[in-house]
Amino acid sequence: MRLAAEGLSGERGGERIFSGISFELESGRALAVTGPNGAGKTTLLRIIAGLLPAAEGRVTLSGDEERWPGVAGACHYLGHLNAMKAALTVEENLAFWRAFLGATGLFPQEALEAVGLGGIGHLPFAYLSAGQRRRTAIARLLVSHRPVWLLDEPTAGLDQASASRFSALMREHLAAGGIIVAATHLPLGFETVEELRMGKRQ
Amino acid sequence: MLALYLREVKLGLRAGTGALTGVLFFLAVVAVMPFGVGPDLNLLSRIGPAVLWISALLASLLGLERLFQADREDGTLDLLVMADARHMLAFTVFVKCLAHWTAGVLPLVAVAPLLGLFMNVEPAGLAAATLTLLAGTPAITFIGAVGAALVVALPRGGLLVSVLVLPLTIPVLIFGVAASRGAVAEPDPFLQPFLILCALTLFFSVIGPAAAALALRHVD
Repeated sequence: MRLAAEGLSGERGGERIFSGISFELESGRALAVTGPNGAGKTTLLRIIAGLLPAAEGRVTLSGDEERWPGVAGACHYLGHLNAMKAALTVEENLAFWRAFLGATGLFPQEALEAVGLGGIGHLPFAYLSAGQRRRTAIARLLVSHRPVWLLDEPTAGLDQASASRFSALMREHLAAGGIIVAATHLPLGFETVEELRMGKRQ
Repeated sequence: MLALYLREVKLGLRAGTGALTGVLFFLAVVAVMPFGVGPDLNLLSRIGPAVLWISALLASLLGLERLFQADREDGTLDLLVMADARHMLAFTVFVKCLAHWTAGVLPLVAVAPLLGLFMNVEPAGLAAATLTLLAGTPAITFIGAVGAALVVALPRGGLLVSVLVLPLTIPVLIFGVAASRGAVAEPDPFLQPFLILCALTLFFSVIGPAAAALALRHVD
């Protein structure tokens, strides 16, 4: 499986914020997108996810068209927001995403244990701390299988132990033939990473 | 999709904003009406179905702007849009509308006969008003979904949704009231306006979600 971007340009509010971004990722490879605030890291991820139109260029996913016909359908997107409902319990939230996205991954309880939140499935999501909310959102990546993970500042708010647990999860995903594109300021904690440095264009 | 429906209904009921607000608003409007109109029982029973319909229309517009806004604020909307290949977005919107209707509007329909008594509506009129509300209010939710999708990015879109949506709901109101009047006032027919009302609901159940999905895909 191969995720490729050719000559991508992104616009926000009618203003071109980056152009000519190209990369190719084979199965098992990760791409760390770095750059200062405002360089367009989130915009790039949203374009790959199909949430924003690309001003120029295109993103393609090749290799297993039968199972994953489109790029957006093959991606897990972990944005700044956690996509969890405060009024529901942690486990209800994950069970919903598992049913909605396709029950091809871990059970909610197992996914919570994988991110180190084994005992809190019964709590309303609203009661969790920022770091615990983030870990619940990471558990969402595990309840349904997607070959491509798009991660936007995935470790924001995580403590050291949780961050290293998450890099272990990412390594597992890559070892299983997955692809990761992560916008980050911190090192991801493993070697099979290419780096895409985005600068601020004036 | 069943999971989405159940979750949306649960959220609507658990958050306490949906069902109760609408019912209380409905109750308030219908309850003050006799005080405003005066104790003329004949007049009240004549305008009763229309009052029920107008109040139900306004009450079901309440809370409509939250239909997609809450999902956008917590990031859920991105994932719903991305899941388009698996669950067509228009169908997702349809299910959300249905859940919104179940949690927020169905309680209105359920209390409508009771409130009809306040207006001295006779039993046949009560049954007809309830039946037409049951058949017609989904159309209001489907039309409202388009407005809600259009203003999803605006922080205070509530009034704008009502203004956008209200003109489009006029046909639903006209045929709803015509059918409920037809059941009691002798020369007027009941079946024809009722069938047109059902047709409107079916029509908007297709157009509404499709238009709302289109708007949601171009939010930013």
